[in-house]
Amino acid sequence: MIRFILLQNRQGKTRLAKYYIPLEESEKHKVEYEVHRLVVNRDPKFTNFVEFRTHKVIYRRYAGLFFSLCVDITDNELAYLESIHLFVEILDHFFSNVCELDLVFNFHKVYLILDEFILAGELQETSKRAIIERMGELEKQE
Amino acid sequence: MNPFSSGTRLRDMIRAIRACKTAAEERGVVRKECAAIRASISENDPDYRHRNLAKLMFIHMLGYPTHFGQMECLKLIASPGFPEKRIGYLGLMLLLDERQEVLMLVTNSIKQDLNHTNQYIVGLALCALGNICSAEMARDLAPEIERLLQFRDPNIRKKAALCSIRIIKKVPDLAENFVNPVAALLKEKHHGVLITGVQLCADLCKVSAEALEYFRKTCTDGLVKVLKDVANSPYAPEYDISGISDPFLHIRLLKVLRVLGQGDADASDSMNDILAQVATKTESNKNAGNAILYECVETIMNIEDNGGLRVLAINILGRFLSNRDNNIRYVALNMLMRAIAVDSKAVQRHRATILECVKDSDPSIRKRALDLVCLLVNETNVKPLTKELTEHLEVSDPEFKGDLTAKICSIVEKFSHEKIWYIDQMLKVLSEAGNYVKDEVWHALIVVITNASDLHGYAVRSLYRAVQKARDQETLFRVAVWCIGEYGEMLVNNFGRLDIEEPTTVTESDAVDVLETSIKIHSCDLTSQAMCLIALLKLSSRFPACSQRINNIIGQYKGSFVLELQQRATEFNSIIERHQNMRSSLAERMPVLDEATFSGRRAGSVPAAVSTSQGVSVNLPNGSAKLSTAHVADLLDLSLDDAPAPSSSGGEFLQDLLGVNLMPVSLQPGHIYCVLYESFRMLFLNYNSDPHIFSFSPYYWYLLTNANQAQKRGSDVLLDLLSIGTPPAQSSPSTPQVLSSNTDNRSPLDILDRLSTPSAPSAQVSSTGGNSSMLDLLNGLPSSPPTSEGNGPAHSSVTAFESSSLRLTFNISKQPGNPQMTLIDGSFTNKSQDVFTDFIFQAAVPKFLQLQLDPASGNSLPANGNGSITQKLRITNSQHGKKSLVMRIRISYKVNNKDVLEEGQVSNFPRDL
Repeated sequence: MIRFILLQNRQGKTRLAKYYIPLEESEKHKVEYEVHRLVVNRDPKFTNFVEFRTHKVIYRRYAGLFFSLCVDITDNELAYLESIHLFVEILDHFFSNVCELDLVFNFHKVYLILDEFILAGELQETSKRAIIERMGELEKQE
Repeated sequence: MNPFSSGTRLRDMIRAIRACKTAAEERGVVRKECAAIRASISENDPDYRHRNLAKLMFIHMLGYPTHFGQMECLKLIASPGFPEKRIGYLGLMLLLDERQEVLMLVTNSIKQDLNHTNQYIVGLALCALGNICSAEMARDLAPEIERLLQFRDPNIRKKAALCSIRIIKKVPDLAENFVNPVAALLKEKHHGVLITGVQLCADLCKVSAEALEYFRKTCTDGLVKVLKDVANSPYAPEYDISGISDPFLHIRLLKVLRVLGQGDADASDSMNDILAQVATKTESNKNAGNAILYECVETIMNIEDNGGLRVLAINILGRFLSNRDNNIRYVALNMLMRAIAVDSKAVQRHRATILECVKDSDPSIRKRALDLVCLLVNETNVKPLTKELTEHLEVSDPEFKGDLTAKICSIVEKFSHEKIWYIDQMLKVLSEAGNYVKDEVWHALIVVITNASDLHGYAVRSLYRAVQKARDQETLFRVAVWCIGEYGEMLVNNFGRLDIEEPTTVTESDAVDVLETSIKIHSCDLTSQAMCLIALLKLSSRFPACSQRINNIIGQYKGSFVLELQQRATEFNSIIERHQNMRSSLAERMPVLDEATFSGRRAGSVPAAVSTSQGVSVNLPNGSAKLSTAHVADLLDLSLDDAPAPSSSGGEFLQDLLGVNLMPVSLQPGHIYCVLYESFRMLFLNYNSDPHIFSFSPYYWYLLTNANQAQKRGSDVLLDLLSIGTPPAQSSPSTPQVLSSNTDNRSPLDILDRLSTPSAPSAQVSSTGGNSSMLDLLNGLPSSPPTSEGNGPAHSSVTAFESSSLRLTFNISKQPGNPQMTLIDGSFTNKSQDVFTDFIFQAAVPKFLQLQLDPASGNSLPANGNGSITQKLRITNSQHGKKSLVMRIRISYKVNNKDVLEEGQVSNFPRDL
C-alpha cells in the first residue's frame, strides 16, 4: 500500500503531498524534509529505492522534480516505479508538456488527477486514456 | 461587501507569493491573504467560499497553519453544486484527517452524496471516504459502499472497491459483507474494476480466514484464467506499457494468486502452468517486464513446492543479479533473502556476486547485500567471508562503516568457536573502524576477554600493540585502557605467552606511558579520560614502583574543569597517598562478567542480574528493591573493611535513602542509576568531612560501568551521570516531560493567579491522609526512621492529590547544602478495581519555581493499591524563604481503554521549601 506521495522540487518545496495514512501536521513536515534529504543527493546511477524508517521510498526524478512514493517494505518496487512514470505521462498529456509551473498554478487539478489514479493507497486505473477522458468529463461539470 | 473579502483570485495570489523575494515578504503576503479569508469566513459569504478554500489549500501546502478553514470544507461539501463540492472534498482530504472530530459532522453529507443522482458527485464522496475514512464512518457507511459495488458505471465500481479496502482495514468485522460482491467483480472485463477487485480480494483474504477459504475454492481457477487472458492478450494500446499489456494487472493477479496458493497444494497446482508461462515468456529487457518477473518469482517462492518452478525462479534471480541496472540488482538481492529459506544452496552459488554488491557505491544496494551476506554465513565460510568484509572496511564509505562493523561483529560473535579468533577479529575491526562501532560491541569484547582467563595476557599485549598503531580509534583505546588497568602486569611479565605471539618487552613505565600520553591527547573524550584514571589507579597498585609517578599524573586532574575528573582525581589521589592499606583491595581485578547475562540483556528483554563471583554484585533493572539495598550494603561493608566506619548510621542512612526511593516495586534501569547516583552524592555531600567515604567512588564507578556494560543504552545514562552539571535524567532515554507554566496557552500571570487561589475544585487536598501513608511507607523500611537531625535531609510526606480512584503521595526531602532544591518522590496508588494503563503525570509550576520530572517507574498502575508508580520531581525555588511551593498537576490514564483525565492543584506543601 502507498503510504504517501510527494512531489518536490530540488529545493525541497513540496508541490503535492498526499497522505493515505493519518499523520500530525508537524510529522508531515518532518517526513517531507527527510524524504527530500534522502533523495536529492543520490547519484542518478543509484537505485530508485531508499529505505525510509520502516518503509521504503520509490522515487524518480523528472527534470527538477522528484516524485516519491512511500510504500511497504514487501511491495514490488519495480511496479511502483512504473506507476510513477505512468502518472507523469498522464500529467504530461493533460497539461500538454507539463512543467513545474503547471503543477503550482493548477495544484487542485493535479490532486484531482491523482485521485482518479490512486485511491486509498492503491492503484485505481491503469489506462492513461481512461483517466484523461474522465478528467474531461469532470471539467465539464465545473 | 467588506472591501477585504473581495480578495484576489487564486492565480493572482499564487503569483504574488511566487514574486516574494524573501521569506519575510512571503509571510507578509500570506498573512494578508489569511486575514482576508478570515474576514470573508466570518461574513459567511458563500460566493467566495470555494475560492477561499482553494487559496487556503495552497497556503497549507506552503506550511502555514490553516485550521480555521476546516469548517468551510464542511459548508462547501454541503452546498449543492459540483465545483463547490469538489473543492470542499479536496480540502477535507488535505486539511483534515480521520482523527479530527470535525469529521463526525461530515458523515451525513457524505452519505447523502453517496446517494446522489450525479455520479460524479458520488465519485467525489467515494474518493474522500477512501482516503480519510475512520472506523466510525466505516461502520456507518459500509452498506452504501456495498451497494455501489454494483453500480452501473465502472468508475464508481472501482472507487467503491478501493473504498471497501479502507473499510475492512478499519473494521475487519465487516469483511464478510463484501465477499459476495467481490466475487462478482473478479469476473469483470474492465481493467480498472478488475484491478481494484483483485486488490480488494487480496485484502479480504488477509483479514478473514473464511474469505480466504471461500475465494480459494471458488475463484482460483477464474483468476488463473484472467491472468492467462491478460498474458496472452494481443496488443492493446490503451493498456500497453513497453510492449506488455497492463503490467499492473499482471502484478496484482500474481499477488492474489500467491495469497490463494500459500499453504494449499491444490490451489498451487492449478496455477503452476500459468506461472511457468509468465516466468519464461515475459520480456525482460524493460522495467515493466522485470516487475512482472519479480512478482512471479515471489509467488513461486511462496506457493506450495514445485521443484521445477523454483529452479526457474532462482535462475531468474541469478539473471537479475548480473543485470547492469541497479534497480534490478537491488530487487534480486531483496528476493534472494527470501529465497534463502527455500533453497539456501542455490543462493550460496551467487555468493561471490553478492559480496561484490557489498562494495557497490549505492548505499541501498550495499545494505541489502550486507544483510544477505550475513544470512549466507555458516560454519564453513565464516572465516573467508569475515576476512573479505574486514578488508573492505578499509575502503568503505564512512557512513557505511557503522553498519558494516555491526554486522561483522555479529557474524564473528555468532560463529566464533575459538575465543582467540574472536579477539583477533575484533581487534582488526576496532583498529580499522573503532570510531564507528556501537557501544555494545566493545562492551561485548570486554566481556569475552574477562571470560577467557587463559587469554588475558594475549589480549592485553595485542591491544597494547594495536593501540600504538591506531591511537585515534576511540573504542579500541577504551578496551585497551580497560585491559591495561586490569591485566597490566601481564603486559610486563609476558604471562601466558602463546607460541604465535611475537615477543615484546614492555616495562612498567611503558604501560603507564600509554595511559599518560593518551589521557592528555585533545581527542580523548570524557569517558575515556575517566577510564584512564581508573586504570592508572589500578596500575598504581599493580606496579608499586610507578606509584609516585602515577600519583603525579592523577594529581594534575585535581584541577580539571570537569567535575567528574576532578573528583575522581581527588579521590584516587587520597587513596594512593593515605590509604595504602586498602588500595590493593580497591584496585582488585574486576570479577568475571557473566557472559550469558550479558548476551541475554543485549538480546533485549531478559531482565537478569549481573551476578559476579566476588561479592560485588549488582541487581539491576527490575530487580526488587530489597536486593539492591542489600547490595549497596555489601558495598559499604567491602569498602569500610579496614577503615573505621564514618558513623554507625551511615549504612542505615543509605539504606533509608534507598529504601525510601526504592519502595515502588518496579524500577526502570535509568531510575536505579539516578537513585544510586543521588544516594552516593548525598552521602558524599553529607560526610565530606570524612575522607574515608571517598573510597565509595571507585566502587560506584564500577557498579555503574558494570551496569553500563550490561545495559544497551547504558552509555547514555552513564554519560549523563558523568556530567554532573546536568541533572542525570535529563537526557535519559525516556525524556521527562517538563511542563512549563505557559505551555497551555495561558499567560503565566493568569496561571499564577489561578495557582494562588486556595484550592481548585477538582483537587482534594488533605493533609490528614498524609501521615498514614507516610507510616505505610516507613513500615516497609528495614531500619530506623530516616530523619537525621541537623544536616541530614528532612523528610515529610503529603497527600498531594486524592480522588475516588487515585491517590498521589509526595515524599518530600531537602538536599543538604542546597536549600532551594526540594526533592520529591511522587507515589501513585490506584484505589479502584481496574488497572490503569498509559499512565502519564504532568505538572506545572509558576515561574519562580523550576521543575524537573524524572521518568516514571512505569506506565501501568495495578488495581486495588497493589503496587504503585513512582516518579521523582526536583523543584528549585528561586524565591526560597519568600514564597512556598505550589503546583498544578494533570494525570491522564486509560481505564478499560477509556481515557481519563484528572487535574488538580497542590498547595499543601510544608512551608519553607
